[in-house]
Amino acid sequence: MLSIKNIHANIDGKQILKGINLEIKAGEVHAIMGPNGSGKSTLSSVLAGREEYEVTEGEVKFLGKDLLSLPAEDRAREGLFLAFQYPVEIPGVSTTNFIKAAVNEKRKYLGQDPLDAVSFLKMMKEKMAMVEINQSLLSRSINEGFSGGEKKRNEVFQMAMLEPKLAILDETDSGLDIDALRIVANGINKLRSSDRAILLITHYQRLLDYIQPDFVHVLYKGKIVKSGTKELALELEERGYDFITEAADMANL
Amino acid sequence: MLQWRLKAFAHWLKLEEPKWPNVTYPPINYQDIIYYAAPKKKEQLNSLDEVDPELLLTFDKLGISLNEQKRLTGVAVDVVMDSVSIATSFKEQLSEIGVIFCSISEAIQKHPELVKKYLGSVVPMTDNYFSALNSAVFTDGSFCYIPKGVRCPMELSTYFRINAENSGQFERTLIIAEEESYVSYLEGCTAPMRDENQLHAAVVELVAMRKAEIKYSTVQNWYPGDKEGKGGIYNFVTKRGICAGDHAKISWTQVETGSAVTWKYPSVILKGDYSIGEFYSVAFTNNYQQADTGTKMIHLGKNTRSRIVAKGISAGKSQNSYRGLVRAGKGALNARNFSQCDSLLLGDQCGAHTFPYIEVKNKTAIIEHEATTSKIGEDQLFYCKQRGIDAETAVAMIVNGFAKEVMNQLPMEFAIEAQKLLAISMEGSVG
Ligand SMILES: Nc1ncnc2c1ncn2[C@@H]1O[C@H](COP(=O)(O)OP(=O)(O)OP(=O)(O)O)[C@@H](O)[C@H]1O
Ligand SMILES: [Mg+2]
Repeated sequence: MLSIKNIHANIDGKQILKGINLEIKAGEVHAIMGPNGSGKSTLSSVLAGREEYEVTEGEVKFLGKDLLSLPAEDRAREGLFLAFQYPVEIPGVSTTNFIKAAVNEKRKYLGQDPLDAVSFLKMMKEKMAMVEINQSLLSRSINEGFSGGEKKRNEVFQMAMLEPKLAILDETDSGLDIDALRIVANGINKLRSSDRAILLITHYQRLLDYIQPDFVHVLYKGKIVKSGTKELALELEERGYDFITEAADMANL
Repeated sequence: MLQWRLKAFAHWLKLEEPKWPNVTYPPINYQDIIYYAAPKKKEQLNSLDEVDPELLLTFDKLGISLNEQKRLTGVAVDVVMDSVSIATSFKEQLSEIGVIFCSISEAIQKHPELVKKYLGSVVPMTDNYFSALNSAVFTDGSFCYIPKGVRCPMELSTYFRINAENSGQFERTLIIAEEESYVSYLEGCTAPMRDENQLHAAVVELVAMRKAEIKYSTVQNWYPGDKEGKGGIYNFVTKRGICAGDHAKISWTQVETGSAVTWKYPSVILKGDYSIGEFYSVAFTNNYQQADTGTKMIHLGKNTRSRIVAKGISAGKSQNSYRGLVRAGKGALNARNFSQCDSLLLGDQCGAHTFPYIEVKNKTAIIEHEATTSKIGEDQLFYCKQRGIDAETAVAMIVNGFAKEVMNQLPMEFAIEAQKLLAISMEGSVG
């Protein structure tokens, strides 16, 4: 589904990603971990098409298409979803209207008719139950004044509504209380399916207790320095990053 | 009438063009303007094929029917019976309840006593440079009279006034609402008007008697000039209403997207005790457009209240200014005003300015003013794009959200059209 080959990327002339390789197949869940500032969010921004980032080398195939040649909105319409680490507030635009626009833009792109009000509402109700989001949030301006946890929950709700092929969740677990974490993780688990891939960016094992990943990768200084199965995350939890990062630094000397 | 006009003309000659608005434009040669072109027949076209295709494209985006397109572009109108017949049946319905709604020239003929009593009573011919000019040379406009106790059952619109197509350059409008009456009046049309007249200097006067309410809504979409700032209308309008009796209410709502230069301050004189004045405005400027607009709320009576909500949106290299005066006179016991002025910037080459003037001569008056400036950020646009919403649609959504409070004041159908209009005016303003 997603094939990343040797991606190098800059921002403001500073190289952040230094040759990333990653293969993700439909139905798989991959987790990316790594110390702060290692380039995890940069990778998600590059995949989602943020223009400030300049890709200097490498290529990305998404469902057979050259991802990097598509504008951000088309990547989304093709089924790439990013749950933001810091969701953005947009005053004056109601969450419901925003999601409706998003759903219908995607349908238009795929040559489908827009959802009528009744079907849209029905879908909303269904997905609201799935991620246990409060209806009153949805009539407010998107993310405006939402608490940290509410913003994250709203991201997962949008993911449910947009039914993406590939979902990148950038620290969606940060800022959630214990109950919210369980609910959001359950929501994400319900969205796991054989034709959907999920890329989880997280710092914590506790999320991976709920959502068991097929593969775990460690990103450090713009490179994936170690990959493994879910046991790798447990080892990291126990030993910290040092044993990996030191080895990587040694190798780079 | 002739005497009145001559007096206005003599006065106009003594005046100088105002220089204080925050706008710049090349000097106008007043000799070059054709003052009286009525019956101003627009060039008759034989079919829509002869119309500027860009204009037709805009009509399509607005969802304007073919017949209506023909009427607006001046295509020979034999097919266009629908709007004429609607207008006629409306007129019959109105006259049954005593509402007079006609052109001002017809009113001068048929209701001279009313015209004489009220014309120039709110905006005296000596008021300002452009109102003097208008008083001297006005060609036509609308006249409305709502008798005592009558609630006008429909929105009165220039759109339905036959021959409204030609009411161009020096329009004069007079609306009188007798005691306990109500009227909602719509000016303008969301269709783009390609008018060769450079200068528009209209005057609008509203008179609301005791417990009467006038709601006046405008959508202004005159030609703004091209992307380089060439051409476009200078729109210098004087609009003023008086709450002449106690508990009267006047509410101005405007959506301004057109004109190269706009200079306009719909105002309310709150003379009656407990009277209410409102001003809701969205002014959008793009490319090289300049708008200097706002209101004046003159509190004279006791317990008068006013509310100002002004939203300025600037894009391109445009300049958008809010200029507002709130005055509480000596006798304006307990006068209250609340003003909210918000500016939204699209890009960093445009400007937004706020000039609030407050004059309070009564200690019991409470005047509140809030202002905000915001910019559509890259982060917001990227968030939208990541959800499959392209930048143009995203900006339209954000702008509509920003303008909602004002748009909500417009009559339903008008609001939908005005929203589309905003979206069209914004096209190409996102990089
Ligand atoms: N505009 C910029 N100019 C220079 N450096 C930048 C810029 N934007 C981001 N960076 C740097 O890029 C690096 C990677 O940032 P990124 O947000 O991808 O890290 P991360 O792995 O997601 O970290 P965290 O775990 O804290 O979320 C950081 O060192 C950051 O300071
Ligand atoms: Mg990050």
